[in-house]
Amino acid sequence: MSKQVINNSDNEFDIILENVSVRYHLPDQIVRTYKEFAINFIRGKNKKRSFLALDEVNLKIKAGEIFGVIGINGAGKSTLLKVISRVLIPSGGRVVTRGRVYPLLQLGAGFHPELTGRENIFLNGTLLGRTRKEIEEKYQDIVEFSEIAKFIHAPVRTYSSGMQARLGFAVASAWQPEILILDEVLSVGDIAFQEKCHQRMQEFRKNGTTTVLVSHSPEQISALCNRALLLDKGKIVALGKPDTIINAYRKLIEV
Amino acid sequence: MKSSQDNQREIYDSSKRGHPAWEELKGVFRYKDLVFQLIRRDLVSRYKRSVLGIAWTMLNPLGTMLILTIVFSRVFSQTQAYPVFILAGLIVWNFFSQTTQHCMDSTLWGSGLFGKIYLPRTSFIVSSIGTGIVNFIISLVPLLVIMLFSGVSIRPSAIMLPIILLLLSFFSLGVGLLLSAYSVFFPDIAQMYTIFLMALMYMSPVIIPEEILAGVMNGLLLKINPLFYLIKLFRLALYYGEFPPISLLLIAAGISFAMFIIGWLVFTDNSDRFAYYV
Repeated sequence: MSKQVINNSDNEFDIILENVSVRYHLPDQIVRTYKEFAINFIRGKNKKRSFLALDEVNLKIKAGEIFGVIGINGAGKSTLLKVISRVLIPSGGRVVTRGRVYPLLQLGAGFHPELTGRENIFLNGTLLGRTRKEIEEKYQDIVEFSEIAKFIHAPVRTYSSGMQARLGFAVASAWQPEILILDEVLSVGDIAFQEKCHQRMQEFRKNGTTTVLVSHSPEQISALCNRALLLDKGKIVALGKPDTIINAYRKLIEV
Repeated sequence: MKSSQDNQREIYDSSKRGHPAWEELKGVFRYKDLVFQLIRRDLVSRYKRSVLGIAWTMLNPLGTMLILTIVFSRVFSQTQAYPVFILAGLIVWNFFSQTTQHCMDSTLWGSGLFGKIYLPRTSFIVSSIGTGIVNFIISLVPLLVIMLFSGVSIRPSAIMLPIILLLLSFFSLGVGLLLSAYSVFFPDIAQMYTIFLMALMYMSPVIIPEEILAGVMNGLLLKINPLFYLIKLFRLALYYGEFPPISLLLIAAGISFAMFIIGWLVFTDNSDRFAYYV
């Protein structure tokens, strides 16, 4: 792999990956107890078997792009998102992001069932790195958007799953993100609410949010993205126009 | 010139991170509102469905004290105002045992989120200590009431309380960080720790008066037990009503801050690997 020099002086790129590798230890090799550890140690078996989820990935995503990622299960898509959203520190290489990264995945993951909707808005907002003051400013918007004003003082455990998802989306999308990470989540609530979600996404897009979208659906990629990549076994197989990538993807799954 | 908005943008560069211990400290400070929300969540949700609610924070140690007094007051009849003695010990003990266990639980709960969004990973642990501090302060109320009934008055030495609480918090934070760091990799630690706590309680002068424990192994059992110094400090302030000797204060401070620094370094040194495990 040739070494690249990061030159981003004019802030052209929002996301840069340089020779990024992620090496996971295989789950069955993770030693979970001291006993196991001791037994393995005696047997001299604590050597690490591992596999590369990302293998020397180089990628630059421009500011304002809607970038699609496609690939079969286990190709490394989620790992790619984790590396970009700072959740996973790569085992090798370098990741640079310019702006706050917002992973719009697992909506409502931090909800506490016993707390009220209002309390959960503050909890979830601060989990996303917002301050109390910022949440107070957006509070009315969030309640209105989620359409649960009547139940906002009831515990979240009494909410339907649709209501929880709506509240989750309302909190997570209350602020215009600089970099948005989407992991196939745009199927929240009923059709009317989905329409609202799409509108909000369009707004973000107009205002220059850089988006990385992971999808299994070629239709979604070609409808939304202006560039895409195909990932297989942790490597970028193809990178370019969505339609070209989708063709490559179809060929890959046919084999 | 770039626009001012561009300059405000947060740049993250995985190759240009500072020392993890320092980065984490900055991170948890930036996420201080999250820490407060987590404390709030713990306090609110704990008693949400109970009728007496937060009063349980006071009733719980009182109940334990009542039972222990009935069981042990004859055995330890030399100890004056045994209910006050025991409740003072219990408050310190409960703070330590509850916060350290809570640190592990909340890190485990949080580990589901660590794999999805970026969070300073110590925020859950710091908030566990915060919850403990609130509970500690609330549980002083029944202690004061019992003191009143037992004829133990509040003396000037009580002004030492904030310092003692600070030391206790840093010590427990350090232990909580160590336990949490390793319990992500070895979940069995949580189980082993409950047994360890049981042993530690009988090694500490919580129920058993110090004079009796001092006879074991020439007092070595007490000297090697960091909690002994903290319990002693707390009892001096309220039960005995004396200012602590400076040497005791220094030992307790040394142990507490050393524990905190070790815990913080070990935790932050390992926390990057959490996402690889969960």
